[in-house]
Amino acid sequence: MNPLIRSTAAELAAKIASREVSAVEVAQAHLDRIGEVDGAVNAFLHVDTEGALKAARKVDDDLAAGAHVGPLAGVPIALKDVLTTEGVPTTVGSKMLEGWVPPYDATVTRRLKEAGVVILGKTNMDEFAMGSSTENSAYGPTRNPWDLDRIPGGSGGGSAAALAAFQAPLSIGTDTGGSIRQPGAVTGTVGVKPTYGGVSRYGLVAFSSSLDQAGPCARTVLDAALLHEVIAGYDPMDSTSINAPVPPVVAAAREGASGDLSGVRVGVVTQFSGEGYQPGVLRSFEAAVAQLKQLGAEVVEVSCPSFDYALPAYYLIAPSEASSNLARFDAMRYGIRVGDDSTRSAEEVMSLTREAGFGPEVKRRIMIGTYALSSGYYDAYYGSAQKVRTLISRDFEAAFATVDVLVSPTTPTTAFPLGERTGDPMAMYKADLCTIPANLAGNAAMSLPSGLSDEDGLPVGLQIMAPALQDHRMYRVAAAYEVARDAALGAPVIQGVPQLAGAR
Amino acid sequence: MTSVHELMDYAEVIERFDPVLGLEVHVELHTNTKMFCGCANVFGGEPNTQVCPTCLGMPGALPTLNGKAVESAIRIGLALNCEIAEWCRFARKNYFYPDMPKNFQTSQYDEPIAFNGYLDVTLDDGSLFRVEIERAHMEEDTGKSLHVGGSTGRIHGAEHSLLDYNRAGVPLIEIVTKTIEGTGERAPEVARAYVTALRDLLKALDVSDVRMDQGSLRCDANVSLMAKDATEFGTRTETKNVNSLRSVERAVRFEMTRQAALLASGGTITQETRHFDESTGGTSSGRTKETAEDYRYFPEPDLVPIAPSREWVEELRGTLPELPWERRKRVQDEWSLTDAELRDLVNAGAVDLVAATVDAGATHTEARSWWVSYLTKEANSRGVELSELAITPAQIARVIGLVNAGELTNKLAREVVTGVLEGEGEPEAVIEARGLKVVSDDSALEKAVDEALAAQPDVAAKIRDGKVAAAGAIVGAVMKATKGQADAKRVRELIIARCS
Repeated sequence: MNPLIRSTAAELAAKIASREVSAVEVAQAHLDRIGEVDGAVNAFLHVDTEGALKAARKVDDDLAAGAHVGPLAGVPIALKDVLTTEGVPTTVGSKMLEGWVPPYDATVTRRLKEAGVVILGKTNMDEFAMGSSTENSAYGPTRNPWDLDRIPGGSGGGSAAALAAFQAPLSIGTDTGGSIRQPGAVTGTVGVKPTYGGVSRYGLVAFSSSLDQAGPCARTVLDAALLHEVIAGYDPMDSTSINAPVPPVVAAAREGASGDLSGVRVGVVTQFSGEGYQPGVLRSFEAAVAQLKQLGAEVVEVSCPSFDYALPAYYLIAPSEASSNLARFDAMRYGIRVGDDSTRSAEEVMSLTREAGFGPEVKRRIMIGTYALSSGYYDAYYGSAQKVRTLISRDFEAAFATVDVLVSPTTPTTAFPLGERTGDPMAMYKADLCTIPANLAGNAAMSLPSGLSDEDGLPVGLQIMAPALQDHRMYRVAAAYEVARDAALGAPVIQGVPQLAGAR
Repeated sequence: MTSVHELMDYAEVIERFDPVLGLEVHVELHTNTKMFCGCANVFGGEPNTQVCPTCLGMPGALPTLNGKAVESAIRIGLALNCEIAEWCRFARKNYFYPDMPKNFQTSQYDEPIAFNGYLDVTLDDGSLFRVEIERAHMEEDTGKSLHVGGSTGRIHGAEHSLLDYNRAGVPLIEIVTKTIEGTGERAPEVARAYVTALRDLLKALDVSDVRMDQGSLRCDANVSLMAKDATEFGTRTETKNVNSLRSVERAVRFEMTRQAALLASGGTITQETRHFDESTGGTSSGRTKETAEDYRYFPEPDLVPIAPSREWVEELRGTLPELPWERRKRVQDEWSLTDAELRDLVNAGAVDLVAATVDAGATHTEARSWWVSYLTKEANSRGVELSELAITPAQIARVIGLVNAGELTNKLAREVVTGVLEGEGEPEAVIEARGLKVVSDDSALEKAVDEALAAQPDVAAKIRDGKVAAAGAIVGAVMKATKGQADAKRVRELIIARCS
């Protein structure tokens, strides 16, 4: 194993900038690693070897010419396959877009390229980002590097697994109901859902427009912060993008690393505990809260009663928007086309294509959403769900009037075995119980490892939530906690990932 | 689908029923770019050349709102005496159709930018009729389908279809009237007058090309009938594909006579979309809307709400031009026109052209006589709008000046204008090239007069006897001999001088 692949992004960036190693060497080391282990992990849907090496060479050339480069120049990244990449296939984990090569870059993609970040390829995901296990991918599930028989979370299982398998030091995820944070939690990695509107959605293939948010994934808090600042910021191509300065997350992560949280008020959400929560997860969470106290934080319990209704509200709003967003996949302009044998009408071809192109979970959500928006049902379903959404926002407002950040477990359980919940959608949906409120309210939230569950030895995630545009608050707390946790455990949690079969 | 209809005599329709109208007019704005992306908004480009990820509905692409379109919408709303919303949103209207890239139309729904207005329209006899406006809202246009094969040009029966997305995303304003009642027999006329007034208004606002033939102004006419003793509205039909002002009138009239015949024979009206056929003047059944289509509207999450500040609205109110009816009133007062003269001027669409000709030095009487009669006939025979003729008010004013100076006769002037219309250049160049100068050399004219008198001695005798009216025959002969290039007035003077 090339030791470069175990480096953090910050370390790699420094080595590349000082020309201790070349960006090409770094890219090649990660491409080699992907070649070795991805047969087992299946984190990638597409590896862009040529594009990655070309981008790395450009960074090396720029450095040789003495040009100024960005703070992550030359560092490799894995991009969730929901973001468009000009000239590189983008499938969204669906048969529907098999073979589609977008003619344009998402804003996130463009910003990464402009910053000299080297895109290794596109990562596996639940089809159209609908799922919590990556088992809904049309291209086979991704496996959790901690235990290949378990799920890596979802929908961004590929982006999280790629980090845990040391295939990439950075990745991009998207989070509609927890698709960055829950995979982060079950793979022992860091995942951040920035404030809604903090990162442009232009080129992010929409699942639920009012909830979708792209964000950084990494193995350390500082790496996530560095990536956050590369991809965030106002984009005139996205009307919902916030025209305000990017929260100072890198500075907050560095400040937090000093280990002092005195004066910081932390609220423990009382709703996220009790029945349905794995005891080992709760014990890990309690230990994390104790550690925050030791760092000087003032910890109080906070009740957010409307959070109990977040999951049902989410499963009306997200499918409603999805039913409309996914209408465009009609075989007319891009993607697969089924049944076009010159005897069938356009309507029949549309119907056959959608029948063949969408998987069962996507169809289920299109049907739920179509029903919820129907005349006569709209007020009872979509309308009520929007009211719940308002109540959840008010709960957050009330909570943040007394505390700086809120904490909870990221997900009720550790990684469950592949296949365990595929026949039970409700059980699958509950994986996002704790993460959904932040999507509905649009505020910032992240997950970082709080160690391993004592009963199964699998990673547990600590969720930290902050008010909109106060993303830096949670980075500060996370960075402080990360230092204390590693000191207590003797090593970063991620070092506990087993050697993967096939890896040398 | 039936194409043969029983129709009721129009007088009988009016005797037995009250027509109720609702008019929906779609206006394509002529902004530089489309509603939600930076693509050019130009009519008639090569198919699929004015497209981008956003207006093609590519996965991941997002809309951004065209501020100029919002500005136009507000100005239209203000000109229609509407209230302007302090806060409004777009919604998604969900339905599948191949020429609609996202399979939903981004459109305002229950939160329009302008609402509760009215438009006073002038009817043919000069009276005013107030049409109440329900709302004016913003939306995007769809692409265009061309159905190849099959007899009707519609999707059913076609062998294949071609899609052009150039129009997809072009900004539209939909202007919806409240129900129009109390028109009686004038319903078709009111419909035509309303669309005419709206067209003139939009033209004055300079927000649209308002070309019905190119689809930049489209009218859907909802028509229903109420029996004289009825207390509720009848079932309505919505007629589309009405592509000219005259067709608006014909379509309404046709639907009235068709529906009346159907109702009188004990039938019921099907709530449906009907297509107007320009060649037959009839309508035929399109989509049946037995149950209202469920568009599953919900607020568009990809766009933020629009909250035009009151300051901005007032600023835009200040940019409203003189509106057509204000202008007409002013012109009528300034030129002391009778109502009939004003009506002729307005019906010819010549107000601006005449005013510009007056500005260039002609009198309004001279200018009107050119634009309202001769040039209107020219425009009709060429199948173009008066304003599209290849001649400018300044050129007309110069021709009028030449006539007044005696350098052109009226007949020659018309020939000069024809030359300009044919693209032969400026009036002076046409005169030169065609040799159209008035013969003002008296010696040449005297010779022609002498010859004509000699050729018709009996007429010459009558003139000598004091029957001056007989001189007309000699004038005609002289004009013929000079190929019309003589000044008839001068010729007459010379004849009388010779015979006295």
